[in-house]
Amino acid sequence: MSIKIAKKPAIKRFHQAQWDEPVIFELSQPGQRGILLPEVEAGIREEVGDVAATLPDPLRRKIPPQLPEMSQIHVLRHYDRLSQENLGVDLNIDIGQGTCTMKYSPKVNDQLARSPKMSELHPLQDESTVQGILEIMYRLEQMLKEISGMDRFTLQPGAGSAAIYANVAMIRAYHAARGDAARDEVITTIFSHPSNAACAKTAGYKIITLYPNEDGYPDLLALKAAVSERTAALMITNPEDTGIYNPRIAEFVDMVHAAGGLCSYDQANLNGLLGIARAREAGFDLCHFNLHKTFSTPHGCGGPGAGASGVTEVLAPLLPRPTVEFDGQKYYLDFDRPHSVGKIRPWYGVAQNILKAYAWIMSLGADGLRQVSEIAVLNNNYLLNQVLKIRGASMPYAAGHRRIEQVRYSWEQLTGDTGVHSEEIGQRIVDYGMHYWTSHHPFVVPEPMTLEPTESYSKTDMDEYVATLKHIAEEAYTDPQIVHTAPHNSTVHHIEHECLDNPDEWAVTWRAYKRKLHSQK
Amino acid sequence: MENEPRIVHPYIPNSVPAVIEEMLKAVGASSVEDFYAEIPERLRLKRPLDLPKPLLSEVELVRHVEGLLEKNKSTREFLSFLGAGCWQHQIPAVCDEINSRGEFLTAYAGDPYEDHGRFQALFEYESMMGELLNMDVVNVPNYDGFQAAATALRMAARITGRGRVLVAATTNTDMLSKIRDYLAPDIQVELLPYRPADGLLDLAALKAQISEQDAAVFFENPSYLGFIETQAAEISALAHQHGALCVVSVDPISLGVINPPAEYGGDIVCGDIQPLGMHMNYGGGHGGFIASQDDPRIVMEFPSRLFGVAPTVVAGEYGFGDVAYERTSFAVREEGKEWVGTAAALWGITAGVYLALMGPQGMQELGQGIMQRLRYAMKKISEIPGVAVPFEKSHHFKEFVVNFDGTGQSVADINRSLLAKGIFGGKDLSRDFPKLGHSALFSVTEVHTQADIDRLVATLSEVVK
Repeated sequence: MSIKIAKKPAIKRFHQAQWDEPVIFELSQPGQRGILLPEVEAGIREEVGDVAATLPDPLRRKIPPQLPEMSQIHVLRHYDRLSQENLGVDLNIDIGQGTCTMKYSPKVNDQLARSPKMSELHPLQDESTVQGILEIMYRLEQMLKEISGMDRFTLQPGAGSAAIYANVAMIRAYHAARGDAARDEVITTIFSHPSNAACAKTAGYKIITLYPNEDGYPDLLALKAAVSERTAALMITNPEDTGIYNPRIAEFVDMVHAAGGLCSYDQANLNGLLGIARAREAGFDLCHFNLHKTFSTPHGCGGPGAGASGVTEVLAPLLPRPTVEFDGQKYYLDFDRPHSVGKIRPWYGVAQNILKAYAWIMSLGADGLRQVSEIAVLNNNYLLNQVLKIRGASMPYAAGHRRIEQVRYSWEQLTGDTGVHSEEIGQRIVDYGMHYWTSHHPFVVPEPMTLEPTESYSKTDMDEYVATLKHIAEEAYTDPQIVHTAPHNSTVHHIEHECLDNPDEWAVTWRAYKRKLHSQK
Repeated sequence: MENEPRIVHPYIPNSVPAVIEEMLKAVGASSVEDFYAEIPERLRLKRPLDLPKPLLSEVELVRHVEGLLEKNKSTREFLSFLGAGCWQHQIPAVCDEINSRGEFLTAYAGDPYEDHGRFQALFEYESMMGELLNMDVVNVPNYDGFQAAATALRMAARITGRGRVLVAATTNTDMLSKIRDYLAPDIQVELLPYRPADGLLDLAALKAQISEQDAAVFFENPSYLGFIETQAAEISALAHQHGALCVVSVDPISLGVINPPAEYGGDIVCGDIQPLGMHMNYGGGHGGFIASQDDPRIVMEFPSRLFGVAPTVVAGEYGFGDVAYERTSFAVREEGKEWVGTAAALWGITAGVYLALMGPQGMQELGQGIMQRLRYAMKKISEIPGVAVPFEKSHHFKEFVVNFDGTGQSVADINRSLLAKGIFGGKDLSRDFPKLGHSALFSVTEVHTQADIDRLVATLSEVVK
């Protein structure tokens, strides 16, 4: 017998956790308790009696909510198991969720935010007792001003789209204050996040969407045709989700300004530009950052994130209230802002994430932030160089040009050759402990795949990711069935999802599922 | 600076100089500058960012940030009676344990295959909220209770095709600000007066104001000011008589003892899940919910994601996915319902953990205990000379208004005195509800002991003397 252990194969033999976990209601054991409550003292009980019982009949709940009854360890075990059936940045080479900047969220920042001096603060406490968190908010605003060149920021929006909405609200208020009521159109581009279009539409605007030319960005003529005295704003990303930087962006901004519109910069794709290029120099009136993307706060399965909206001096009076101010002695909240658009969310923002973003910037400094961007961009250009060597993969638009921090690739050729679609490759890569995302809809790039390697992944990580993609592409050419029927090594197998679009069969809750199942019998 | 070798930062693996060289070579670039060739010179920042010197080691970083946090005094150190939409509740350790797990904390937007756990946990959250609310449809959390209310009203306007909503005048004024902004420009907001004696909605005024142009009647139950709207069934009946929907914002933690709006005619129910296991985080712990019955006319108007259960090709496996995805802005951009984006999913998972731990008995005991403590506090405070509890005769949950007109002191004065004794007094209402005079909103939950309440009463008695 030799003790030699063979070298690991080049492609991981992964299997996702598969606990075959029931839905939580099926784990219920009558009478069990997960947590006990502090007892109401006899002194209170004797004084007031059973107060809830005095509620008038229609308001008194007679049947307690039919929640599961579980002991503590069973709740813990169930959710620990579900967590294992999930992939986050901490576990996988998470370069496949392009546009989302899936970078490392430093643990020390999470630890700092768990301090009771943060977590147990009530937002209405006297300002003298919250000087620390107010100072952090104030300092972060100063940093974001420097990073963007804008004059003021609000940290109130709950995430990126909420910041886009805040910007739309300020655009609307700006034109209204000038009596410029005829401006009812917002211009955006198809490669800007859908929320630019959707938030503006919600706020009452008609949407004009520009499509890319062969260079990958809308040409000036298309914008010229769209701009008019009805233009309220241009809401645009740059680089767009293709990773292509629009070099004529300042001309775009100038053209909209000349027509009396405002320009709002969606900086979800900021990660390649820290210390390189700013919203201010390009002439924007508003911008927004996603603190859970560029500034590292954890993505939390889809929030809580944190958004930050920046504006020029002219728009600053419109910012949501309150703002955080410093009078040279103390920090305070300024509610006395008569031109404010009002509240975008309760209180002042997702404070614990504001703290994490602040700590992240403090741990890097100016040179570190620039290094973040340079390496994110180097990583992306290295990755695209490797991906384009894979049979069937391509990168539409602006051939021969570099990209900034991400790329929207196409598997069009592979699909034509093999009949395997991008979504299916995305489902197959799950079998190797990885993930990728196709694109927002509509698929302007056919058979899309959007990768953004950020600064957090090593060359080895990217090589492994590319080797896996290449392996799957080869499977598509040689054994397409294995890709069509994926996943094979995941928690669950192919989902028969047709019922999710049928009102008679869809079930958003367990009670709805049981009811509909019963009615089918 | 130029000549100093850069630091290999622990957050940036490829900052090793040899790796940078190797990668540049692999792509045929001479430096990273090559990648920025498309950015015109005049748009380039030609100086380093002016930021504080970095704190490169964790020791330095922790010392700095903790130094700042040290300036805060938390509700662990001071006895707090602040609520007004953000509450101190018992948070089971298991809630923090689950939402701190890297698999959940650092995941994002994966598909149901690699992120099965997230889909199942959020489906279970929707399902447990469904039991609490007696409703079949609950969304994956949106931002917060304000957004949930504003969206619920926009949904009602789309469903009815009408352009006005009637909102109870006791509504949280910050929430009202959000609602007004969010319903502009096409939906009008009109306020419904309340009865000065007990805070309840003035039904006669509602009858006079409501018409066939109203999309919804909206009220909070329990109200922002703490009293329970006991005419809820009459209000919803009036709304329905005029073809309007009844939209109710509830505190989910009250539903162990108070009937959910589904039982008194609520059509769309909304609220905030912060009470269900989230730390206050200086206002960073919010997540919104919207719920309805399983009527496609309503379901198709939700902007949020709705996770549903489905079979897989393997018997006995639960699959999950998006219900009616084509509604969303992810699918059809501005043709979708409002918009959807990153909001508060981790808080949804946490609220699920909370509800599973509490169970039916826990929710019931919690509600009973809060109502007893609150009534005790109301009773004792109303006995202080010069201090009144204006809506004392109404049923209350978790909050109540205290009036200090008889003391000759403002709320600011009183709160300053309480602060000096280590107590955070109630929220000053004099700006938002001037009609209530010098009043404050005090909150009592299960974390307060009889001794805490007695201490508040004793301190207040001293302060107003």
